[in-house]
Amino acid sequence: MLAEELKTIAGQERDMQAARTASINVCAAASCQALQSEELKKALAQAAVAQGYGPQACLVRQVGCLGLCGVGPLVSVEPGGILYQHVQPSDAEEIVAALEGPPVKRLRLDAEMPFFARQERIVLENSGQIDPDRLEDYIARDGYLALNTVLHEMHPAEVIAEVAQAGLRGRGGAGYPTGLKWETVAKAAGSPKFVVCNADEGDPGAFMDRSVLESDPHRVLEGMAIAAYAVGASEGYMYVRAEYPLAIARLKTALRLAERNGLLGGGICGSHFNFRISLRLGAGAYVCGEETALLASIEGLRGTPHPRPPYPAQSGLWGHPTLINNVETFANIAPIVRRGGAWFSGIGTERSKGTKVFALAGSIRNSGVIEVPMGMTLRDIVFAIGGGIPDGRRFKAVQTGGPSGGCIPEEFLDTPVDYERLTSLGSIMGSGGIVVMDESSSMVDVARYFMEFCMTESCGKCIPCRAGTVQMYELLGRFSERRARPADLRMLETLCDLVRNTSLCGLGQSAPNPVLSTLRYFRPEYEAALAAETLGGAA
Amino acid sequence: MPAYLQKIQPPSDDKRWSIVAATMKTLGNRPSALIEALHALQQSFGYLDKPGLTFVAAVLRIPLSQVYGAATFYHYFTLKPQGEHSCVVCTGTACYIKGANALLQSLETHEGVKPGQTTPDGRLSVSTARCFGTCGLALVAVMDGQMASYVTPETLQQHLEGIGIHVG
Repeated sequence: MLAEELKTIAGQERDMQAARTASINVCAAASCQALQSEELKKALAQAAVAQGYGPQACLVRQVGCLGLCGVGPLVSVEPGGILYQHVQPSDAEEIVAALEGPPVKRLRLDAEMPFFARQERIVLENSGQIDPDRLEDYIARDGYLALNTVLHEMHPAEVIAEVAQAGLRGRGGAGYPTGLKWETVAKAAGSPKFVVCNADEGDPGAFMDRSVLESDPHRVLEGMAIAAYAVGASEGYMYVRAEYPLAIARLKTALRLAERNGLLGGGICGSHFNFRISLRLGAGAYVCGEETALLASIEGLRGTPHPRPPYPAQSGLWGHPTLINNVETFANIAPIVRRGGAWFSGIGTERSKGTKVFALAGSIRNSGVIEVPMGMTLRDIVFAIGGGIPDGRRFKAVQTGGPSGGCIPEEFLDTPVDYERLTSLGSIMGSGGIVVMDESSSMVDVARYFMEFCMTESCGKCIPCRAGTVQMYELLGRFSERRARPADLRMLETLCDLVRNTSLCGLGQSAPNPVLSTLRYFRPEYEAALAAETLGGAA
Repeated sequence: MPAYLQKIQPPSDDKRWSIVAATMKTLGNRPSALIEALHALQQSFGYLDKPGLTFVAAVLRIPLSQVYGAATFYHYFTLKPQGEHSCVVCTGTACYIKGANALLQSLETHEGVKPGQTTPDGRLSVSTARCFGTCGLALVAVMDGQMASYVTPETLQQHLEGIGIHVG
């Protein structure tokens, strides 16, 4: 598809939208879909017809995630940006009847509440705004414009320079500078080269990538294609968790539409650039989120990591230079190209640029997907945006980074969120899962829960991780059951140190983090769990 | 014709084998198609059995041990036949702090099955998953592919009755 065609389609779409009296958008992401939003959409469509709205006058359609998953199913009505929560099929008639009058008060969700107002949306700019299964919707919001510009007006080195200038860092958790990674792959000798998207979002409590893929799949594909052009790759892989069937279905549709319209495949956008993306499904192995393990899995092998160097940038898939980035990283690329690296680097903190998408869950009022500028404090995220702790309970800790992260207590809530500062607190940015815990959670049990996770997910290749996680799990069990001895505490700390420093990959190296952070901030809980007979003695 | 050029025949004339064979063929019958082939096999037959694994190994020309290695490495694959109905309880962080363990305990009390097991009458298989990514709805369980939200031990029984599993 050429630039003119894109413009024509975008123009037509915008005209059609402007001609409509209203459009009713029903959230069709996994969370609302589990609450029967599909039935709801049918009911709304029937009600619209029954009340005399033709398809030209009122469009009832599915859109991506509207954000506040905890009060779904969600519906938005345009124009006006009216949001409704907990909508049932029986509410359909009332909502349609209110299209040209005052909104239905009973179901109204305040679109100006801090949860929405304090966000800054780049990655999620189209989430909840477009039908993820329609290419035209994406094009109408400047979709594939960046790819077109890149292919016809920019040299690969210029693209890399733009991304480097933006200061974008890997959103999978490690925070490696994206521009530098691209440059390394571009300079690496050897062909073919590959571009891989890591959509194996394995951290429990993290669902940002699912949301992006279900709401705006083309954005990720466009980011991958731009990356492929920049590094000189012609083949790409999208590695998605099998636990995300809806994301997989949306990606399949998006891939088919993009290929059919010359936006992927051969001779993209009338240029000489070819790039094909194949979908690969994960199979429930957490370790496959580690890049070398993921590549092994794409090759059809057991997902075990291998030592780096060589890094995938030099020797990745089948020994060829491979660029591997996370979903959210790719989702940032098109806006950076469209609006410039300088614009992007103006957002965020000194060393962490741009925004970050977080998934809020656990003991929190507003759970859902949010995007905020880097540098917002944890307190703002948990209390202003998240609405604090429900049921009159007290905040205890916020867990970031999943099984590789840590628990942060109240006294550090005013820390601005960026890669370095979360690490200094003994946690990590991770992929963006934030689970809030209240006073009812025992930190020893939480640490044990994560250790059990790492123990079962350890691939077994290196001994510190394979055996160390089992030993630490057993030791934590003694604390949970209040039969630990002071020596167990010392042994636990020794093992944490050992596993962290000698494991082969990130899984093992970070497995002690939940224990270390809870020991750091909630040590009295461990000490209180020592067996009664040891108290007052050698302890 | 030399043996290695002969077309590998599926274990039986069951139509489902053609889905598995087609998946591998689309990917050029290369060893890298293994994970996708196992997905196709499990989707078609419900679980991975020895004839299936042997067939995949033969078509992709890789040792059966390697196929078995991958099949047992990935948690998503199962080598045991599954019950008529399935109940997958999420044990992700959000579900954990909202009481996933209590839910599994109640399943064990009422149905007599632990995660990874199937009831003796073959009606229900219980398993766990590491987060479905719908943490806003915690606690989450998936019954026969349908997601149930805000599940408690009580509502879980109702959901199970909904798919035809009666207590006791």
